[in-house]
Amino acid sequence: MRRGSEGAKPTRLRRLAIVPALNEAGSIESVIREIRAEDLDFEVLVVDDGSSDATAALAEAAGAQVMRLPFNLGIGGAVQTGLQYAREHDFGIAVQIDADGQHDPSQLPQLLAPLVAEEADVVVGSRFLGERNYKAPLVRRIGIRVFAAIVSAVVGQPLTDTSSSFRAFGRRAIAYFARDYPHGFVESVEATVIAARCGLRLKEVPVVMRQRVMGQSSLTLPLSIYYSIKVLVAVFVGIFRRNAYELED
Amino acid sequence: MTLRVSIFAAIAAAILLVTVFELMRSRRLQERYALLWLLTGLVVLVLAVWRGLLGRAADITGIAYPPSALFVLASFFITLVLLHYSTVISKLSEQNTILAQRLALLEGRLREAENESEH
Repeated sequence: MRRGSEGAKPTRLRRLAIVPALNEAGSIESVIREIRAEDLDFEVLVVDDGSSDATAALAEAAGAQVMRLPFNLGIGGAVQTGLQYAREHDFGIAVQIDADGQHDPSQLPQLLAPLVAEEADVVVGSRFLGERNYKAPLVRRIGIRVFAAIVSAVVGQPLTDTSSSFRAFGRRAIAYFARDYPHGFVESVEATVIAARCGLRLKEVPVVMRQRVMGQSSLTLPLSIYYSIKVLVAVFVGIFRRNAYELED
Repeated sequence: MTLRVSIFAAIAAAILLVTVFELMRSRRLQERYALLWLLTGLVVLVLAVWRGLLGRAADITGIAYPPSALFVLASFFITLVLLHYSTVISKLSEQNTILAQRLALLEGRLREAENESEH
């Protein structure tokens, strides 16, 4: 470890960039390089979710902290591992950035602003706020909007994009999600409901996402349908659920 | 088919659905393991209430007594659930092996590091 928790600058919250990665050898180096180039004082943690390619080795060579999960946990488990690291090492801010290069690190300042101003505990980069250039198949865009509408109704706050994985977490959110975070795929919708119901303050900021550097979305149509049903059931049950833990301050 | 059978099957399906919901709500059952149970409960509930559909399904499959068709269908879904669990158990035991191996390697490295720091 490059910096122990006792060596933290007292004036500024320590910042962790969590990059969950599954077989992203083609893009992981440039993602790490770009995060560093922003010079926002981020420590980069790559959580390798059971890759069979050189993702972990390349990430280490590029100067990131790397945690290799012993087998694939799914995106939710990987992100939570990063949040547990953040909690254990006393990071005040954690952001989640995709390893495929679709999230542009130059937009990190916008994402961080509400956390720094202490207006929110979870900040989500929305593809549907402000300048819209999100190019995805119509069905996917509609799916994202439908989920956003349902979740907005459930949490009682207008939200435009609950499927975005470009997110920032403040200290309270890190502490809560380190213990209770949905596992599996498309976890961000459930995470939004959990966050709102346990009293974390949510805020969306507009972001522009890039086309993927490598590869296609991993979702096929039958899988999309399966995950959609699973998430809908989870959101519905979530309405009737009590919080697993109390929020810590 | 007598009305009594329909009512009984509908109540049984409803109890299953409520139980699965309560297990999910209290976090004792994860969504991904609940979906097949929910599907089972819904199919039985629909066929118990919609008796015409059950009659047609029994006709098509050559089952003379429609309530038997309900029974056959329920058995089919339970078989599916069990098969699903077999795959889940296989995956868990595989992951358990990997965890034990990684733990052994980690303990070995820790002992090595401790021995080195002693000398």
